[in-house]
Amino acid sequence: MSAPANTPPADPAAWYDLHEHDHPEGGSTLLGFWIYLMSDCLIFAMLFAAFGVLGGNYAAGPGPRDLFELPLVALNTAMLLLSSITYGFAMLAMQRGTVRAVQGWLVVTALFGAAFLSIELYEFAHLIGDGATPQRSAFLSAFFTLVGTHGLHVTFGLIWLAVLVVQVGQRGLVAANRRRLQCLSLFWHFLDVIWIGVFTFVYLLGVLR
Amino acid sequence: MSSPDPHWTVLFGKLSLDALPLHEPIIVATFAVVALGGAAVLGALTWFRLWGYLWREWFTSVDHKKIGIMYMVLGLVMFLRGFADAVMMRIQQAIAFNGSEGYLNAHHYDQIFTAHGVIMIFFVAMPFVTGLMNFVVPLQIGARDVSFPFLNNFSFWMTTAGALLVMASLFVGEFAQTGWLAYPPLSGLAYSPGVGVDYYIWALQIAGVGTTLSGINLIATIIKLRAPGMDLMKMPVFTWTALCTNILIVASFPVLTAVLSLLTLDRYVGTDFFTNDFGGSPMMYVNLIWIWGHPEVYILILPLFGVYSEVTATFCGKKLFGYSSMVYATVVITILSYVVWLHHFFTMGSGASVNSFFGITTMVISIPTGAKLFNWLFTMYRARIRFELPMMWTVAFMLTFVIGGMTGVLLAVPPADFVLHNSLFLIAHFHNVIIGGVVFGVFAAINYWWPKAFGFTLEPFWGKVSFWCWVGGFWLAFTPLYAMGLMGVTRRLRVFDDPSLQIWFIVAALGAGLIACGIAAMLIQFGVSILRRDRNRDLTGDPWNGRTLEWSTSSPPPAYNFAFTPVIHDLDNWAAMKRAGVPRPTDGFRPIHMPRNTGAGVVLSGFSMICGFALIWHIWWLAAAGFAALLITAIAHTFNTRRDFHIAAQVVIETEAARSRDLALAGGAA
Repeated sequence: MSAPANTPPADPAAWYDLHEHDHPEGGSTLLGFWIYLMSDCLIFAMLFAAFGVLGGNYAAGPGPRDLFELPLVALNTAMLLLSSITYGFAMLAMQRGTVRAVQGWLVVTALFGAAFLSIELYEFAHLIGDGATPQRSAFLSAFFTLVGTHGLHVTFGLIWLAVLVVQVGQRGLVAANRRRLQCLSLFWHFLDVIWIGVFTFVYLLGVLR
Repeated sequence: MSSPDPHWTVLFGKLSLDALPLHEPIIVATFAVVALGGAAVLGALTWFRLWGYLWREWFTSVDHKKIGIMYMVLGLVMFLRGFADAVMMRIQQAIAFNGSEGYLNAHHYDQIFTAHGVIMIFFVAMPFVTGLMNFVVPLQIGARDVSFPFLNNFSFWMTTAGALLVMASLFVGEFAQTGWLAYPPLSGLAYSPGVGVDYYIWALQIAGVGTTLSGINLIATIIKLRAPGMDLMKMPVFTWTALCTNILIVASFPVLTAVLSLLTLDRYVGTDFFTNDFGGSPMMYVNLIWIWGHPEVYILILPLFGVYSEVTATFCGKKLFGYSSMVYATVVITILSYVVWLHHFFTMGSGASVNSFFGITTMVISIPTGAKLFNWLFTMYRARIRFELPMMWTVAFMLTFVIGGMTGVLLAVPPADFVLHNSLFLIAHFHNVIIGGVVFGVFAAINYWWPKAFGFTLEPFWGKVSFWCWVGGFWLAFTPLYAMGLMGVTRRLRVFDDPSLQIWFIVAALGAGLIACGIAAMLIQFGVSILRRDRNRDLTGDPWNGRTLEWSTSSPPPAYNFAFTPVIHDLDNWAAMKRAGVPRPTDGFRPIHMPRNTGAGVVLSGFSMICGFALIWHIWWLAAAGFAALLITAIAHTFNTRRDFHIAAQVVIETEAARSRDLALAGGAA
């Protein structure tokens, strides 16, 4: 591996980067954020696993068939999917470099996100009102925790959206803001993917079983 | 919300003067000593006007070298606390015979064995390995800092905040009495109604944020910031083990976060994840926590395998035997560490086929580990070995760790485990691998890289005293535990009925005493070396005739690490440069782009600690306020655009000129 034949001559120019320039800031950000998302994904994996293990333990309480209203969940899912599309429009606007359009689409995204959260909170309130509280059974503990953790993520996404609307307005589409928009884009679509899992495994399979 | 506690008040939650353990003379005395010592340190810092210096140069620093050193200091301080716990247990078990209750009541003793485990793993071993990786990795890959320097500072302070919460539990309230993994249902609200488990949860959650973020940071650093020419198979072995360790961190600490969150919900909201009733499953907790816990032990040991590799190659004066096999062995261990977790609870009753699977995967891990040992041995074969302290610790490791590994393989046999489960044999086994592997490795690393960090070598005399006390003390302390474990003595016992066991515990206590001498000798070694630092100056930056890039720069390295980024042609690039006689460039310096210090990390972790403390004591308004402050500070930090600066070319020229003078003084050919 260290055969002397391959070793270049004792010239500093061969062993040192003598003409190095500043490295653009944030070259690792997207990779770092992607790794963070995977770690977050693992938290969701654990919550899915908990739901998988405990999801049938109704403790003589209500089960998915008694509780879930698929039309409401379908509406909710539509809200989140639409918000992903509108975020995509925000990114397209970013590529074109129009600040106003980026802000506009971010606001629309936030509105869809808020609608999703409102419907989710309505559903939660409804369940709790019917006595299906997180304390009622391990199934409901796992359900509220999994869906609630996703909702909590969406809430932080909304705060992040608001901050970015301000920052894009302040400094325009500078490199730092573009990077942040890309990170939030990853985050937002990631929450969409998680929701597909929730919709499938919790709601659809729940009603089937 | 779930506080039926009649003493709960809006303003102070469950906190009242009764929370102070004034009825425990041992704790009061400890508090007096800590308070006096702390006051003395704070007074001295004020008297010598060091606060400004500490704040500007250390606390707010984003320099990976300084953060690495701060991690090591944190680990050392917490090590003394964790060892004090160990000595207290050893004394209790040595005297609690023949009707004696010893000197520790059950409430206190149970906290001590819990705190000992938690502190040694989370706040000693983790800061040590994170500190080493932080200090060494950027230097080994020829980088100027890590990928996210601010995040690095923040991670350190989150770990510190967790450590401070554990320390606070000693004097305000209590710590968990559950054992270091806090199995439910014991750790549930029904059986642990006090704040002990809450201290445990929030300390680990806050520190866990720091650990996960630092893992992400170091992965990105190793992937993105390697010097030109350093492809993956030209990375130094320590960097390889650091990469695998950080992958393990990122792929396992979220599991801990999740499982502790579920336990939190059970305790705070009244959910039924791990309860005995309403469909909960305590064994799910045990599964989940070991899915984190087993990778965790490899998080601890892998970086030290890297250290031993660097030390062996350097002090044998030749390249490491079987570099590629070392890398593959590390990667295989990384993967296998995820498929063995069930061996921690064979007795759960999963059935013969499941137990067999996990028994076999566990035994399989010994194959790559054995390959590593042979690589070190073959590196030493026919080498001119210099038995300096790092090499001595490495040899002690090889002899000690192999035995710990073999008792581990014994425990991996499910039928044997049914007999040995929760016995002192298990205790002896994991101390055998953690002390013999992790602790010895940290000492090897401290002796090896100390001159790089501070510019002078450590005095060998006191280091050797420490070495012999430690190695002898370890075997004296833990051989009796192996023997008693085989006789069926279980762990975590406070008093004993069988008087014939006492002699074993007395011998073990003597061993702990010998280890205490080893620790004292090491502290003396540090003190004496600092006092006599002018005698042991390392002007060359390369005191051991090293082989990797960190030895190519000065000791201590300048803020920018390398005036010119090195270009990599060889696995042992610095050795190759010395062989080729590459002259050090002495002109053409340019300004260097660097990250700027910030106090945001300190503030954020301070708010996290307040929030955690308030949650422990159910002071809801303070928890909400702390969390809001945390969020606002984090958002405000994103508006800070003054994040970088340039080190002027003139400063680089002067720094490098000073280095040229040092090299001339040392008589080395520049």
